[in-house]
Amino acid sequence: MAMVNLTINNQKVSVEEGRTILDAANKLKIKIPTLCHLDLENIKFVNQSASCRVCVVEVEGRRNLAPSCSTPVSEGMVVTTNSIRCIKARRTMVELLLSNHPKDCLICQKSLDCELQALAAELNIREIKFDGERARHEIDISSQSIVRNMDKCILCRRCETMCNEVQTVHVLSPVNRGFDTFIAPSLNLPMNESTCTFCGQCVAVCPTAALTEVNNISKVWDALNDKTKYVVVQTAPAVRAALGEEFGAEPGTSVTGKMVAGLRKLGFDNVFDTDFAADLTIMEEATEFIHRLQHGGKLPILTSCCPGWVKFFEHQFSDMLDIPSTSKSPHEMFGVIAKTYYANKIGIDPQDMYVVSVMPCLAKKYEAARPELAHDDMQDVDTVITTRELAKMLKEANIDLMSLEDEDFDNPLGESTGASVIFGTTGGVIEAALRTAYEWLTEETLEKVEFHELRGFDGIKEAVIKINDLDVKIAVAHGLGNARRLLEQIRDGKATYHAIEIMACPGGCIGGGGQPYHHGNMAYLQKRMECIYKEDEGKTIRKSHENPYIIKLYEEFLGEPYGEKAHKLLHTHYVKRVKM
Amino acid sequence: MGGNCDTQEKFAELQNFIDSIEDKRGALIAVLHRAQQLYGYLSNEVIFYVSEKLVIPSSKIYGVISFYSYFTTKQRGKYVINVCLGTACFVRGAEAIMKEFEKELNIKAGESTKDMKFTLSGLRCIGACGLAPVVMINDKVYGRVEVDQIKKIIEECEKEAE
Repeated sequence: MAMVNLTINNQKVSVEEGRTILDAANKLKIKIPTLCHLDLENIKFVNQSASCRVCVVEVEGRRNLAPSCSTPVSEGMVVTTNSIRCIKARRTMVELLLSNHPKDCLICQKSLDCELQALAAELNIREIKFDGERARHEIDISSQSIVRNMDKCILCRRCETMCNEVQTVHVLSPVNRGFDTFIAPSLNLPMNESTCTFCGQCVAVCPTAALTEVNNISKVWDALNDKTKYVVVQTAPAVRAALGEEFGAEPGTSVTGKMVAGLRKLGFDNVFDTDFAADLTIMEEATEFIHRLQHGGKLPILTSCCPGWVKFFEHQFSDMLDIPSTSKSPHEMFGVIAKTYYANKIGIDPQDMYVVSVMPCLAKKYEAARPELAHDDMQDVDTVITTRELAKMLKEANIDLMSLEDEDFDNPLGESTGASVIFGTTGGVIEAALRTAYEWLTEETLEKVEFHELRGFDGIKEAVIKINDLDVKIAVAHGLGNARRLLEQIRDGKATYHAIEIMACPGGCIGGGGQPYHHGNMAYLQKRMECIYKEDEGKTIRKSHENPYIIKLYEEFLGEPYGEKAHKLLHTHYVKRVKM
Repeated sequence: MGGNCDTQEKFAELQNFIDSIEDKRGALIAVLHRAQQLYGYLSNEVIFYVSEKLVIPSSKIYGVISFYSYFTTKQRGKYVINVCLGTACFVRGAEAIMKEFEKELNIKAGESTKDMKFTLSGLRCIGACGLAPVVMINDKVYGRVEVDQIKKIIEECEKEAE
C-alpha cells in the first residue's frame, strides 16, 4: 500500500493511501474531537456519515474547513487541528446541535454517559447563541426493551449503521428530510410492531439518550420494599465481567464476589446465579443434540439462549423454525425452577416469589414478557434489569462496589461450573455443550476442556471435533449479520454443520446492549472476554453435568434430561413472524 | 393483493414492470413511480411487495418515500391538484392560488375531498418557472394561473369526471 506524507500541527506523519486526516491525527496521538464518527474495526462497524462536522480542521490551500473523519489524506497536505477558527467552528456546530436538543441533562438517563454532553463540556460551551425551532416527536415506549426518544437524536446515523450494516436487521432508517428527519422503524411503526430484535446494539452506540433501555429500576425497588414478596435475583455470566467498570475498576476485572455482596446489601432474599441455569441449559441442549444425532433429527441444532437471535430467526428465517433447540434460555429456566422446585423447597407460594434477572442484555427484557415463557399464569421471570441499571441501583443505595468483601452465591441455585461462565462470551455455549456431549457420547473423560478454535472475535468460527467415529462440525457466529450469512448458507445447502451457536451481539453477551458503554473502545470487550475465560479456569468443576446441584435437581425434581417434566418446564416453541 | 379485477390487473402490471427490469439495483425510484401511477398512492401492501421483489428492506423504501414529496402513502382523489410553491411561482402569487383552491374545495392543502374526487397539495418547483404560477392537475399543466380561473378549472375536472 502506498504511503502518503502529510503534516499535522507541524508534525510529520505518513499513513496508508485512502486513510483519513483523523486516522493520521490518531497515529500522532493528536486528538480531534468527534461525535458522529465511530469506527469499531473488529466488528466491521464504520460510521462515517460526517453529519456533525465537529471534527473540522484547517487544510492549507482550502477555503473551507474539512471534516477530518471523511477527508482522505493527500501528499504534502498541511493540516491544523487546533486553530481558533477550528475551535470556534466546532463550538458553533455543537451549539447548533444543542439549540435543537432538550437541555435536561440533570435528569437525563444518559447523563454522564452522553457523548454530546461530554463534548459540550470539553468545548467549554457556556451559552447557546441560537434560539431556533425545536423538533418534537412522540417518545416511543411501545417495547419492553428500547425507548426511542427522537427529540434527543442528533442524526449521527450510528444506530442505522449498526442496525443495517452490522446486524442486518434493517429496522432503523431515516424518515422525511431536512429538519423533519428522524430515525424510525419501517412505516414509522412503533418498535414493538417492527422486526426489531431488541439486541440493543443501537443503544450501545447511540451517543445521546435518543435510544436507551426501558428502565426497570423502580419496579425492582418496589418489589424489594414489598413485604409480601420473596425476591430472588440471578446474574448472567457477562455481568460480573463488566459491572466493575461502572465503579472505576479496570476493564476485565471480575467482580463476582463483590456483586453478590452488593446484591445482598440491596435487600434481595436470595442471590442466585444464572450460571446454575446455564448448566441446566447444557443438560437439556446437549441431550437434545444427542437425541437429534441418534434419531435422525433435524441438524444443525442452533442454540437458543439469545433472545435477540430468537426474534431475528422468527422474522428472517421463519421457514427454519424447526432447527433451533427448543431449550429455554438460562434465565428463563432459572425463573421456572425458582418458582417451582425452589419455592416448594422453602415453602413459599410461587405467587409471592418475584424473580429479578440482571442481564447484559436489552432483549432479555422483551423475552421475559413473552407470553409462552410462563407457567400457571405467572411469568417465569418478573423483571429484567441490565448491568448498567444494577450499577445505578447500587449507586442510589450508596454501595461502593469495589470496597465490598467478596461473598458467595446462595445455594442451591447459585452453584455453577466453568462451562456455564463461558456462556457470557461468543463460542462459550457451544464449548460448554461440547464438554458435556463429548463425555456422554464417548463415555470417556474429556481431559482438555478448552476448544480454542471456538474462541475469539472472528465473526464466524468453525471447528471439526472428532467424537467417536463422527466428525462433528461446529460453527459459531456472533453479530446478527454474521448469523444471517451463516443461515443463508445453510438454507441454500452450501454449508452443513451439526451444531451452531449464535449470539446477536458482537462478542457475545460481554458486548450486550445492556453492558456499560464502551464508547467505541473495543479493547473493553477483549478484556471482558479474558475475564470470563479466567473465571472458567478458576472453577474446580468445568463441566455442566458434574454440577452437584444440577444432578440433585434432576434426582429430586426433574427426572430425566429432555424428559417429560423437563419438556414442560424447560422447553419452548417459536413463533412465525413477518419479515418486513 | 386486492380482490377485484381492477387491482389484480394493476398488480400484474406492476409485477411485469418489475420483472422487465434487468438490473434491479437502483430501480427502486422507477418502480415506486410506476406503482404510484397505477394505484395513486403507495400502500403498505405495495411497499412490502416492492420490498420482496427488489430485495430492499421496507424500512429503506419507506425512507425513500418519505424523503421525496412526490411519493405519498395516503390514498388520493381522482384529481390531484398540485400547486407549485417553488420560488418563482411563489413570487408570482402561488399562495393566493392555493388559498383559492382551499376555499373552493373546502379542504386544506394535503387533504382530499370527502367524495375522493380531489386532493390538494403543494409541491416545490416542477421546472416550468417560465409559466409561473403553475398548477398541475394529474399530468396536465396549467400555466400563468389566475385566481379567478380556479372555479372554472375545478368545474372542468368535474365535468370530465362525469
